[in-house]
Amino acid sequence: MSIATDPILEKRPENRVWKKFRSHRSAMFGGFLVTFFIAIALLAPILPIPDPAATDWGAVRKAPSWAHPLGTDEIGRDVLSRMIWGAQASLLAGVISVCIAVALGVPLGIIAGYFGGWSDAVISRCTEALLAAPFLILAIALAAFLGPSLTNAMIAIGISATPIFIRLTRGQVLNVRAEDYVESARAIGLSQVRILTRYIFPNVLPPILVQATLTIATAIIAEASLSFLGLGQQPPAPSWGSMLNTAKNFLNQAPWMALWPGISIFLVVLGFNLLGDGLRDALDPREH
Amino acid sequence: MLTFLLRRILIAIPTIILITIFVFGLQHLLPGDPLLVLAGEERDPQVLEALREKYRLNDPIPVQYLAWIGNALTGDLGTSFRTNQPVLELIGEKLPVTIQLATMAMIFALVIGIPAGILSAVKKGTLTDYVANTVALSGLSIPNFWLGIMLILLVSVKWQLLPASGYVPLSEDWVKSITTMLMPAFVLGTALAATLMRHTRSAMLGVLTSDYVRTARAKGLKERAVILKHAFRNALTPIVTLTALLFGELIAGAVLTEQIFTIPGFGKLVVDAVFNRDYAVVQGIVLVTAIGFILMNLLADMLYVLLNPRLRGN
Repeated sequence: MSIATDPILEKRPENRVWKKFRSHRSAMFGGFLVTFFIAIALLAPILPIPDPAATDWGAVRKAPSWAHPLGTDEIGRDVLSRMIWGAQASLLAGVISVCIAVALGVPLGIIAGYFGGWSDAVISRCTEALLAAPFLILAIALAAFLGPSLTNAMIAIGISATPIFIRLTRGQVLNVRAEDYVESARAIGLSQVRILTRYIFPNVLPPILVQATLTIATAIIAEASLSFLGLGQQPPAPSWGSMLNTAKNFLNQAPWMALWPGISIFLVVLGFNLLGDGLRDALDPREH
Repeated sequence: MLTFLLRRILIAIPTIILITIFVFGLQHLLPGDPLLVLAGEERDPQVLEALREKYRLNDPIPVQYLAWIGNALTGDLGTSFRTNQPVLELIGEKLPVTIQLATMAMIFALVIGIPAGILSAVKKGTLTDYVANTVALSGLSIPNFWLGIMLILLVSVKWQLLPASGYVPLSEDWVKSITTMLMPAFVLGTALAATLMRHTRSAMLGVLTSDYVRTARAKGLKERAVILKHAFRNALTPIVTLTALLFGELIAGAVLTEQIFTIPGFGKLVVDAVFNRDYAVVQGIVLVTAIGFILMNLLADMLYVLLNPRLRGN
């Protein structure tokens, strides 16, 4: 029997989720935006665009034209090219910092939620302490002490976002731990590791996935903010945040310099937000 | 209420201790001698020696921490080497500016966010709901520093309606003070309005299907009264709590907003301190914001109890 006509497989939750997700128009639009920017970032090296760092003193702050579709910046660099290369920095920062946060936060959350007791008390108090400092202030302070660079900005954002994942995972584990199937797994004598990896982890994954998608959006804004403040990607390497930082000094003479980086940040963040909202709706069993 | 409050304060203590350990630990992230963190660009051997003595830098790290926390408890968070002012005094000087900005931003957020959330919940599934949701999601996705730049471009550069930057103290000229702060407050308020709208909407949706709302409708109350008196009052509890918790976002947003509109507040202090490598100020700011946030949390808990009579007994 082929897979497509298998009556049981048809009803598997993954298929339902995918179907639901596909019919979610705004989520599909979000997915399109995200794919578009990922494609641009990946294709940057082979696209027929000028070198993003090449200066041209003969074309300083030129308005958009055929040669420079989005204009040039204060030292004659092509804005379009810098935008496309800047997508790499933004997406990389968003994804890697969230990977850091998930890699740290999820195991800690599982430990706190599953084992409880002292480990829970210690992890939860630390989480609260970290949550007490506003996300961006924490990231700024960490980036300041670690030194300004894109890598340190990612680490700073990743650490600042970790408590969100600890708290979420812990809460989910507490819910799942009380389920009958975990109780039965324990009753038939499965090892702790097996229970955690085979029974707990897969069941806490969906909300973490949703949160991760939404946190990528936050992290991209945070990276842009740090770069805007000069704490992220260092010049001459292009990043949307630092482009905005320079652009604000030339608002009168070259407003296009400020327009495109902002629109790009907005669109890519909107994309991840829509995707996250769509995933949440699709994965929510109550909405089936 | 009193025991509840005491219990919450007791729970907050370990959190505050952990925060101080974290803030203290920051200076050890820097490569090299933490003394240089405290001294900034000061290189006079005598001053360095005095600082080394004051912060017990030759002692083991736990002793250093105790010395640092001992000073912090007496309100001594170190000195800014740029201005030579005590850190706490510096923060106290800048805070009122940011409080004015934050208050005005919060007014924008409440005035936009709550009505939009109520409307969107009451008209769930209609065009109004759809538009409100789209606007809110866009508000969440726009980097507020970019919104600020665009508004400056439009309102200040093109139309020349409002000043692009600067700050006038309230005590000096309150009309001018408020008009100068209007644009930054709007920028800071929009992101919060979006968050508030989304939460108000979901709180209202939860309440609108409840029995007492149906009863209120059944006894023939006007829809307006049903929504405002019965539904909204009950949806208010999570909204009030959330508003108190948005404090963190306000402060963080203020950092960028003040940078763009060159407002000499708390946020600008952070950025300047970071760039001047004035680490004592950075540490002081993280500590003060974190403790401020915990106090706001405490306030939120208290409001929660006050607003929900069922919780008052215990």
